[in-house]
Amino acid sequence: MSEKITLSNVHKTFGTKKVLRGVNLSVDEGQSLVVIGGSGSGKSVMLKSILGLLHPEQGSIKIDGTETVGLARNQRQEIDAQMGMLFQNGALFDSLPVWRNVAFQAIQNQGFSEADARDQAVDSLALVGLGPELLDLYPASLSGGMHKRVGLARAIACKPKIIFFDEPTTGLDPIMTDVINHLIRDCVQELGATTLTITHDMTSVRAIADKTALLYKGEIIWHGNAEELAASDDPFLLQFVNGLAEGPIEVEGQQISAAGEGQ
Amino acid sequence: MSFSPASEAAITVFGLTNKRPPIGQTGKHLTAFATIGRFFIGFFAQVGQLSLFIAETGKAIVRGPFYFRMIGQQIIRIGYLSLPVVALTSFFTGGALAIQIYYGGNQFNSETIVSTIVALGITRELGPVFGGLMLAGRVSAAIAAEIGTMRVTEQIDALTTLSTDPFKYLIAPRVIAATLCMPVLALVADIIGVFGGFVVSTQSFGFNAAIYVQSTVNFLSFDDISSGLIKALMFGFIIATMGCYNGYYSKGGAQGVGRATTNAVVTASILILAANYLMTSLLFSA
Repeated sequence: MSEKITLSNVHKTFGTKKVLRGVNLSVDEGQSLVVIGGSGSGKSVMLKSILGLLHPEQGSIKIDGTETVGLARNQRQEIDAQMGMLFQNGALFDSLPVWRNVAFQAIQNQGFSEADARDQAVDSLALVGLGPELLDLYPASLSGGMHKRVGLARAIACKPKIIFFDEPTTGLDPIMTDVINHLIRDCVQELGATTLTITHDMTSVRAIADKTALLYKGEIIWHGNAEELAASDDPFLLQFVNGLAEGPIEVEGQQISAAGEGQ
Repeated sequence: MSFSPASEAAITVFGLTNKRPPIGQTGKHLTAFATIGRFFIGFFAQVGQLSLFIAETGKAIVRGPFYFRMIGQQIIRIGYLSLPVVALTSFFTGGALAIQIYYGGNQFNSETIVSTIVALGITRELGPVFGGLMLAGRVSAAIAAEIGTMRVTEQIDALTTLSTDPFKYLIAPRVIAATLCMPVLALVADIIGVFGGFVVSTQSFGFNAAIYVQSTVNFLSFDDISSGLIKALMFGFIIATMGCYNGYYSKGGAQGVGRATTNAVVTASILILAANYLMTSLLFSA
């Protein structure tokens, strides 16, 4: 299997804060990779660097073998066209009804007529288990779970070859979490897409990951498949998977809390 | 569209330099210099960032694709929906101006003087400037709040991942619409402002309506009106650009959006007044 996404020695700094400190990672074609890590470990920055929303100072990010670091936005349109993204809070456009959100790319970039785009929106919403009655609603009137599902429908509407999921189940109840995890799995299988998910939800990891990587302080410190994840005795991984406060992983803000308690 | 990696790096360097150093023994002695230095570095970083933003906006306006639907929507929101605010402002301004001139001018031969000065004052200065300031409050704030909210809720990132340039889809339509609408609004302000002066003069001071209109028409030249409209064109550009710029770079959640909105109104208002002075100097010194 060929590598669809390859990150080599990626560094990203904000002011004096080094967020990514040499990330090395690869995702094979058709594979579902889940990157786990605590808050502030650099997961979102890594994802935004791959999407070209942030520019790393150092390192290489290749998509389908094409180097993307240093490319201007208009130079990476072909690459962008084969990618879909589900944002943490959906990031649906408030000013547009659901169907225009879902069919956004078809209308703006693929020259679909309004009628064809609306049909495409109906099909995409059906894939995530939503009916046509939602088409003319605005995002403000949707629940959190529906937001995610409409966001997912938008991400898969143009049948992308690579899909990114940013914390897809954060803020959802356990039942909706399971629904979203199954939808992700089903959609990915249906489309045959390569996916990269970032999350700290271990339920999602078990449901959707072919491979898992642990990001800590801007570096990938462990990676492996589901069996290796279950069998690993890596202390960092064990602490994260079991959700333990004690262990080698420094908890962000712990010193501040301790100081606050002392006052 | 985001800035090039080189530009972004330059901004990051400015941001880094702009950080307050820890105050030690040496730091205390240098505090005054450091404060002045930080102010100027921060100022020039902002100017640089704004210049890059305007350059990107210019490119987006000149190059396609053009989102005509968005431009149409913005013309309605910025132009059409601002008509009542601008009309009321200019009507009362024209009326107040007439009262000031009447009582300040010893009421001698005031029929000609009031009509002439109201017409000149409104068309050359007050119509475009007050209209611009009202739009800075109404439109610049709304643009900054909308784009700022889109920024903090990742909607602008979503646009980019959907292969759509935010400068072409969000910024250019607003700047085009405001720049086109502002001269039209200024023209409306001119007409209603002069009418406000007319109403007050004829109803309160008993001026003859026909003489008032005749002296207004006789004295007013095309240059008086066109100079105001040229200014309005620039004010429209300033209003939309400040709203978009502050919204686009807002950060820090709801508080950041609030700050962006305030900054948009303040900077747009100051720039309108500064641009008015400069353009008046240029247009009337020749």
